[in-house]
Amino acid sequence: MASNANHRARKRALSVAHFIGLFLAMSLICLPGLWIVLNSFRPTVEIMAKPPIWIPTELNLDHYRAMFGGAGEGGVPVLTYFRNSLIVSVVSTLIALLVGMAGGYAFARYRFKGKAAMFVALMATRAVPGVALSLPLFIIMARAGIIDTHFGLILTYVALNVPFTIWLIDGFFRQVPRELAEAAEIDGCTRWQAFWRVEFPVARAGIASAGIFAFLTSWNEYALASQLTRSVNSKTMPVGLLDFTSQFTLNWGGMCALAVLMILPALLLTFLVQKHLIAGLTFGGVKG
Amino acid sequence: MAQVELRGIIKAYGALQVVHAIDLDIADGEFVVLVGPSGCGKSTTLRMIAGLEDISGGVLKIGDRVVNDLPPRDRNISMVFQNYALYPHMTVRENLGFSLKIAKRTEAEITQAVDEAAAILSLTPLLDRKPGQLSGGQRQRVAMGRAIVRHPDVFLFDEPLSNLDAKLRTQMRVEIKKLHQRLRSTIVYVTHDQIEAMTLADRIVIMRDGKIEQIGTPLEVFERPLNTFVATFIGSPPMNLLAGRMEGGAVLLADGTRLPVPPGHAAAEGRAVQFGLRADNIMPVGHALPATANMAEVAMEVQLSEPLGTETLLFATLSGTEVQAKMLNPRPVRMGERLQFQISLDKCHLFCAESGAALRV
Repeated sequence: MASNANHRARKRALSVAHFIGLFLAMSLICLPGLWIVLNSFRPTVEIMAKPPIWIPTELNLDHYRAMFGGAGEGGVPVLTYFRNSLIVSVVSTLIALLVGMAGGYAFARYRFKGKAAMFVALMATRAVPGVALSLPLFIIMARAGIIDTHFGLILTYVALNVPFTIWLIDGFFRQVPRELAEAAEIDGCTRWQAFWRVEFPVARAGIASAGIFAFLTSWNEYALASQLTRSVNSKTMPVGLLDFTSQFTLNWGGMCALAVLMILPALLLTFLVQKHLIAGLTFGGVKG
Repeated sequence: MAQVELRGIIKAYGALQVVHAIDLDIADGEFVVLVGPSGCGKSTTLRMIAGLEDISGGVLKIGDRVVNDLPPRDRNISMVFQNYALYPHMTVRENLGFSLKIAKRTEAEITQAVDEAAAILSLTPLLDRKPGQLSGGQRQRVAMGRAIVRHPDVFLFDEPLSNLDAKLRTQMRVEIKKLHQRLRSTIVYVTHDQIEAMTLADRIVIMRDGKIEQIGTPLEVFERPLNTFVATFIGSPPMNLLAGRMEGGAVLLADGTRLPVPPGHAAAEGRAVQFGLRADNIMPVGHALPATANMAEVAMEVQLSEPLGTETLLFATLSGTEVQAKMLNPRPVRMGERLQFQISLDKCHLFCAESGAALRV
């Protein structure tokens, strides 16, 4: 009896320890984000206060008001930036998905010469840090006259995302038994129909998760966008954050407000499809 | 319904030829089973009939049409796969109706055909479930339902029962046979299980290394195997083969035992042969079937016995080779016990030791 009680106590202690550990880890991850959200609602005086004021005494929407306001009152073209971000991210994600589906399917289903080498080469491009390419990219795009355009940025993000979408989608198509498409063909489908009516729906979750990853990459990318965008023509939201810095001051509150606007759609999207996302992470993860 | 004709069908991957010029005629409404060990080319042959593998050479006809280069959808066949290959994102109803939907049949036609197939296979209560919610046997039935819905010319089965447990397998075997009797359709069925082949087939095609070893009814291949491969592959336990030499008109085994030549067989003096006998044809005296005209007797020491209830399987040694024998009305047998066995020569076989071919007159 004594030992049973002992074990129970130990079990409880362990689960409490687990909880505390998780809480600490989550705090570490979530606090910066929380701080950004909080600061976007606090007056600048309070943000800059030394020693810091941990518990906010006043919350208002001043930074948001100013941000959406005129240029003279600390306003920035938020809606234009938002639109730019949306166009660039959505279009580049769609293209990366289409290419990724075609490539992933080919890698999963067909045997061809140089397949392994090609796959490794694709993955190797992921090893090159994007910033290292910013100068060559800048020069090429400037010469081609596509600097500061949506097109240039979309092209860059497609190139950035395609190896990843191919890799992820390849993993998903590998999990779809070959016989499904064969059964569909025997049931009267053409090769094309078999893909769209059977293989695609079965791998849908994985393709969706690849899409989310590609979207988030494009949406959050800063380093390359800061080089390749010059004006409101193509500046995306991460680049727009820089509008709040001037020679002598940093408008922290405004920056936080814009950051919140940036986080919201990504958060919303992730929340909507989190089931797929988790399935995607674990499912695709099987493949080494 | 249609007959299927294979003329010199070849499958090669580059220089590697895996199916060697197979000839096979399958009559309308016939149930043909392709059987053989893994890697013998039976599945490849089936997949060539289905159109899932390119045919490297020869002519394939379904009905009166040459279909060598037709895609699967134009061959009017249906296939049941080993892993069922049910569409996981569709309900059973959608799975069954998929081929008709692709063929652009009306909603009413589809519903009627699906309901009919579901009734035949007692799938009606499962129609709104997804494949993931079904047991192995139910999935198997859905796969069969999907095949029968479109009334194809030919049914192809690719080891459909090998993912089921033993009891369910026996049950589904009976269902497949009933289905065939009901639909009277042409069926080509691939299995590596010789019992499945024996129980289901009108005719069995035994394959090895991409070649056909023998074609015949289950009883023909069991009673008159053309060679030692067929002899040992068909039947359980496998046929015992005793190596020997022809001497003085009888088979002389290495240990000096003399066995008379089975009726209907003959071999030249001095030739190396193999004497084939099934466990059913060598039984201990007193525990055997009534003697027939041609009998022989040998004494063997029993190493092991497996009681099966109505009979006991005895493992003994003759001339250095393990021989399996059956004991009817069994009594307990001690290990090492020496028993007198009687051999029913009428059911025995003689093969050439070199080529393995049967030495029939």
